[in-house]
Amino acid sequence: MTAPNWLKIERRPVASGRTVFIISVLAILAALLVAAIFFAAYGISPIYAYYLILRGALGNMHGFSETIRRMIPLLLCGVGLTVAFRALFWNIGAEGQILMGAIAASGVALFSGLPGPLLLIAMFIAGFLAGAAWGLIPAALKAKLGLNDVITTLMLNYVAMYVVLWLVHGPWKGASMRGYAYTDMFPNAAQLPMIGSTSIHWPTLMLGFIAAVVMYILVNRTRSGFEIRVVGENPEASRFAGISQFKTTMLVMFISGGLAGFAGVGEVAGIYHRLLDPSQISMGYGFTAIIVAWLARKNPLAVIVTSFFFGILMAGGDVIKIQLRLPFQLINVFNGLIMFFLIGSELLIRYKISIRRR
Amino acid sequence: MSKQFIEQIQVKELVARGIVKRFPGVLASDHVDFDVHSGEIHTLLGENGAGKSTLMKILYGMYRPDAGEIAINGDRVRFHSPLDAIRHGIGMVHQHFMLVPTFTVAENVALGLPSSRRVLLDLDVVSKRIEELAKTYGLQVDPAAKVWQLSVGEQQRVEILKVLYRGASLLILDEPTAVLTPQEVDEFSETLRRMIDEGHAIVFISHKLHEVLALSDRITVLRSGRVVDTVPAVDATKAGLARLMVGREVILQVDHPEVAQGDVRLAVHGLSANGNSGLPALRGVDLEVRAGEILGLAGVSGNGQKELAEVIAGMRRPTGGRVLFDGTDVTGALPGKLLDHGLSYIPEERMVDGTVRDFSVAENLILKDHHRKPYAHWVFMDSAKIASESDRLIEAFDIRTPSRQTPLKSLSGGNIQKLILARELSRDPSVLVAAQPTRGLDVSATEYVHRRLIEQRSAGTATLLISEDLDEILNLSDRIAVIYEGRIMGIVDREDVDVERIGLMMAGVSEQAAGNASA
Repeated sequence: MTAPNWLKIERRPVASGRTVFIISVLAILAALLVAAIFFAAYGISPIYAYYLILRGALGNMHGFSETIRRMIPLLLCGVGLTVAFRALFWNIGAEGQILMGAIAASGVALFSGLPGPLLLIAMFIAGFLAGAAWGLIPAALKAKLGLNDVITTLMLNYVAMYVVLWLVHGPWKGASMRGYAYTDMFPNAAQLPMIGSTSIHWPTLMLGFIAAVVMYILVNRTRSGFEIRVVGENPEASRFAGISQFKTTMLVMFISGGLAGFAGVGEVAGIYHRLLDPSQISMGYGFTAIIVAWLARKNPLAVIVTSFFFGILMAGGDVIKIQLRLPFQLINVFNGLIMFFLIGSELLIRYKISIRRR
Repeated sequence: MSKQFIEQIQVKELVARGIVKRFPGVLASDHVDFDVHSGEIHTLLGENGAGKSTLMKILYGMYRPDAGEIAINGDRVRFHSPLDAIRHGIGMVHQHFMLVPTFTVAENVALGLPSSRRVLLDLDVVSKRIEELAKTYGLQVDPAAKVWQLSVGEQQRVEILKVLYRGASLLILDEPTAVLTPQEVDEFSETLRRMIDEGHAIVFISHKLHEVLALSDRITVLRSGRVVDTVPAVDATKAGLARLMVGREVILQVDHPEVAQGDVRLAVHGLSANGNSGLPALRGVDLEVRAGEILGLAGVSGNGQKELAEVIAGMRRPTGGRVLFDGTDVTGALPGKLLDHGLSYIPEERMVDGTVRDFSVAENLILKDHHRKPYAHWVFMDSAKIASESDRLIEAFDIRTPSRQTPLKSLSGGNIQKLILARELSRDPSVLVAAQPTRGLDVSATEYVHRRLIEQRSAGTATLLISEDLDEILNLSDRIAVIYEGRIMGIVDREDVDVERIGLMMAGVSEQAAGNASA
């Protein structure tokens, strides 16, 4: 408990937005600094490696397109997670909610026979509802039975994965796909439009921006948002204030799961045009989005910035793999380090540490 | 016992000079001079935030002063941690006990001390020494008893024994009487007298003016981090001390005007409920509170008061019995429903149950009515209305805050309680449950809360006042009910109050037997 004599630790009354921003940037820099050791261990100058990542992710149209492609699911999931985290619901299940969204969208695309533009709209609605339903299961389990949300959301990811695997190997396996575990290609009307020749499916990106703004308003300006924040900040006080924890928990997970479902729709309708192996549909977006939401300090608008940043990192992962012939998994080391320093930096937000001058 | 603890010096005199301690934005100790000698009780008196705890923590080595010095028996000392203070013969009994409930008294006392048999326990030696100490100081307690079996008063004796066992000759006692029945307070003062006779020095901290006057030799009054005055207790009066603490005249006795009582607003019949441990905490409680009446519920902490308040507020499910509001059965109704029935509730744990630390003052003020007009329209919050209404409440209830946007956590305890009062009373309640409404508050804030409760009584609210502060109950209540182990031992009218008798009922003696004993 006792700190050394020369250190002075004081509780901050309230950390200003500027302080939080500076501390977050410092946490990222610290992560980059530690990650540099790994590049150095491979005999590659870390500065050169970071330069390549930045150039690869932003330096040309292809790289930029890859960055935004990664940003889209991170944005949608990240915004949803900020809402869940605000109510102190630890949704580690966005990955599974993405997959359920992808399944529902694929089902509508392949079997509904809806005409033209109606088809895409129906896919998004079905995807949202499927992701939301997947999110409501752990919400109900926590609110009614007190089951741990971290465990239930995490485990449901695996259930969703196996449902996808079963579908693509079994009943939904495409006739034209021979040995591959794919469904048939979606009809043209079920494929999202792109910006030019990029792989940016702009309707999903727009949904992401809209979600960020709407959720910001929801959290800060509405009755439900007030209740979400009370439940998150002090569950006991919320009971005294007559706020239903059940309704609030169900609401945040409806939103959080639904937005992840949107991300799943975007991946299958925008990129792959069919349902395929779960690890290809989502490259860990649901997990990376946790860090995205955390870095945004649970502010839905800030997710626009943080999801872009992680888009760069993920697109940079390709560069690491192709140009430097290093394992793609190095990006996971980044993610882990950033999360580590972010959680560590919470201390600096709550306390002011300075050196005592005598 | 290890040598370390035998060769402690006897504190004959502790002198602190010019103690300064700064916290961000506050000067908690402003050149404070304080001294205490062996054979005396020197009381520190002051409102919350006056600097009592800061000074106490500096004396006990928990804080380092920014300036000033402390000398023991004429030698300057510097404490880097409480361990240093303990080595210099200083001991502290905290307001909240630090005991392991499943351990015996002897085990608790020996905890953290080296054994005389190295790796083997020497509990028999410890027990013998405890018995000696208990005899010398009148601290009767069985060394083999488990702590959870002991009453609060006995647990406090264990805390004091712990300190004495470690060889302390200067004891700092932080609000030691707050948890005791009147009879236990008498025994406790007897113990203090014996310690003084043995040459100990005692620093005593309390809010209760009559106890301070009865127990102390000298009294030092602090205000805003500064020593206002140090006076011999024989020359002091309650009113004089209150004036020194607050800096103005204080009305210690609230007016209790005649109010015509109306219908029964709150009734509980045969109410039973379990505590958090699953054991029965309420065993058939019957109470009725009328409009314009304050019913005081007296009792030692942990006899079911908390559970009763929670059941009435809809926070705890009863196992039997009924709760009626205005004759309507609301047993087991959700808190939101009870709010609609006109229940207001001042919870015991105001930071846990009553407020949200990181929310602003305004957000905390609208906590219970955020979903209705004027604060909400359709799904949106009306920030303009929230602003104007909270400014009005801040003004009307004299909440000292830089602005309505200030986070609650930076307010003082008294102002947080005013905020809760503002929220609960502005709802114009038909029934008010006030649990420990002035716990931890200073004299001015307490005075304010009492005045508001009396005003609410005049306005026709039925109030159930739950308090461990017997003076508060006696001052405010029309009738006084005493609770012991989840049962009401008796209900006494304001006019027929006999403190002795209430004290006996608090200790579990039935009303009739208590009446006979005190008569």
